[in-house]
Amino acid sequence: MTSLSYAAGDSWTMLRRNLLHMLRYPSITVILAGMPVIFLLLFVYVFGGTLGAGLGGTSGGRAEYVEYVAPGIILMAVAAAAQGAALSVAMDMNEGIVARFRTMAISRAAVLTGHVVGTVVQTMIAVGIVLGVAVLVGFRPTAGPVEWLGTAGMVALVALALTWLCVALGMASGSVENASNVPMPLVLLPFFGSGFVPTETLPGGLRWFAEHQPFTPVIETLRGLLTGTPIGSSGPVAVLWCVGIAAVGYFWARAAYHRASVR
Amino acid sequence: MTTPSSAITVTGLRKSFGTHLVLDGIDLDVPEGSIFAMLGPNGAGKTTTVQILSTLLAADAGELRVAGHDPARHPDRVRAAIGVTGQFSAVDNLLTGEENLRLMADLRHLGRREGRNRITELLDRFDLVDAARKVASTYSGGMRRRLDLAMTLVGEPRIIFLDEPTTGLDPRSRRTMWRIVRDLVADGVTIFLTTQYLEEADQLANRIAVLDSGKLVAEGTPDQLKRMVPGGHVRLRFADAFALDAAARRLDGSARDDDALALQVPTDGSVRDLRALLDRLDGESIEVDTLSVHTPDLDDVFLALTGQAKQKQETLR
Repeated sequence: MTSLSYAAGDSWTMLRRNLLHMLRYPSITVILAGMPVIFLLLFVYVFGGTLGAGLGGTSGGRAEYVEYVAPGIILMAVAAAAQGAALSVAMDMNEGIVARFRTMAISRAAVLTGHVVGTVVQTMIAVGIVLGVAVLVGFRPTAGPVEWLGTAGMVALVALALTWLCVALGMASGSVENASNVPMPLVLLPFFGSGFVPTETLPGGLRWFAEHQPFTPVIETLRGLLTGTPIGSSGPVAVLWCVGIAAVGYFWARAAYHRASVR
Repeated sequence: MTTPSSAITVTGLRKSFGTHLVLDGIDLDVPEGSIFAMLGPNGAGKTTTVQILSTLLAADAGELRVAGHDPARHPDRVRAAIGVTGQFSAVDNLLTGEENLRLMADLRHLGRREGRNRITELLDRFDLVDAARKVASTYSGGMRRRLDLAMTLVGEPRIIFLDEPTTGLDPRSRRTMWRIVRDLVADGVTIFLTTQYLEEADQLANRIAVLDSGKLVAEGTPDQLKRMVPGGHVRLRFADAFALDAAARRLDGSARDDDALALQVPTDGSVRDLRALLDRLDGESIEVDTLSVHTPDLDDVFLALTGQAKQKQETLR
């Protein structure tokens, strides 16, 4: 029977497979970072002047808004990479290679774990690119080493949670076409939270949703770590949400992998 | 029940997808170290059988033993003993040939050194040394199939399932594949092969089972199966009814086909038999237009057993 060390070894082997895919096609990682970068530039240069003025800070305008919007854009990059994982898992399931894996005595979750951890690595790279561009357009994080470490941890945790969820969605969607569309709402969720405007400015029902949806505490935590705004209870709430989402995604994905029949 | 010499035993295997019955009570016994061919038209249930025996699908009913283990109860024990090369190539297109093999070596938990030796040996044996560092998506059909089989062999399985291993290959690649399969059996490996090519089953298999619409319609050695259909004959065609009449009168046991002005004469297909026949016709001064020899082959068996329109293959001499 497969022991725990085999499970870890098999997952590592599968991770290497996914990292090799990534190295061979680095353009995919760049494309993943591209969409959030476009949103960043759009929001800073097109809407930034007006939105920044509305924030009512000391400097106001565009510079103020870069500081505000960067965490939301980071989360967007995380969601986009997770969405990519749904697609690549769905594509993988249609390949003969996964049928081969299933006829081998390897740890059951290893194939999916490889995808998830590979995507988390990819997400960190994409987020790095997004942060770099943000700094180029005027983002000035005040974070010290501890805060940067916290930021990396938060990004990795939310990436892990969203990727497990997306992998489950990709497994459950049944076709590559569906897999690319089903997780779409995730990319839009930062808009209906504190990603682009403070939640207080939103109307009744939407405001309630924005304050209670999982992305808001994550964004508030990242914002606090990077720019020094108060974090309060957002930190633990964000971690709880992530752990919960990751657990649901993990067990759902595992069950779906077990069920999935080959063609 | 399993005897020590059986690699695979199947009793009463049934499987349906929804209301569609795919396998309707299959019994098989594959001795160790032999090549067993499952022959059947598309949709007969060959791939489903392989998927069940290789733990990819669950059977609805039936007693199964693969390498002495029940695939449903101890899938990992079965998996440790088998290798599967499916109909659709199971290579990672984004990795090189060498990386694909390394992936298998790691998943089979071979040590670094053992894995490297095995990879070098397999690349060499399957003539993939030059292509080792190229991405698999650039491989030709024959190369992909060879890489696919090489990947299956990394773990040195005792039982190998080959699901239509040569479908879509050119004749040269097909022959290479046959040679590889024969070499494997020489090493004591058991091969379970599915194919829709009769020639392939005839060339390779010790035993053949013919599957049609989820049922086994025949099982035996290639020779046993060939004996199941009527024997060979010579077909003579004449220019006119007069010559046909003359020949029919003189050749005992012949069957005439007046519309085609043809006569079927039983023969064992040997040159001696043919020469005797022609000498006799010459002696009687009967003019024969054309002559064709028909020997029974697995095509006859296959078409006769699977209930498809009989299209006899004739060789013109």
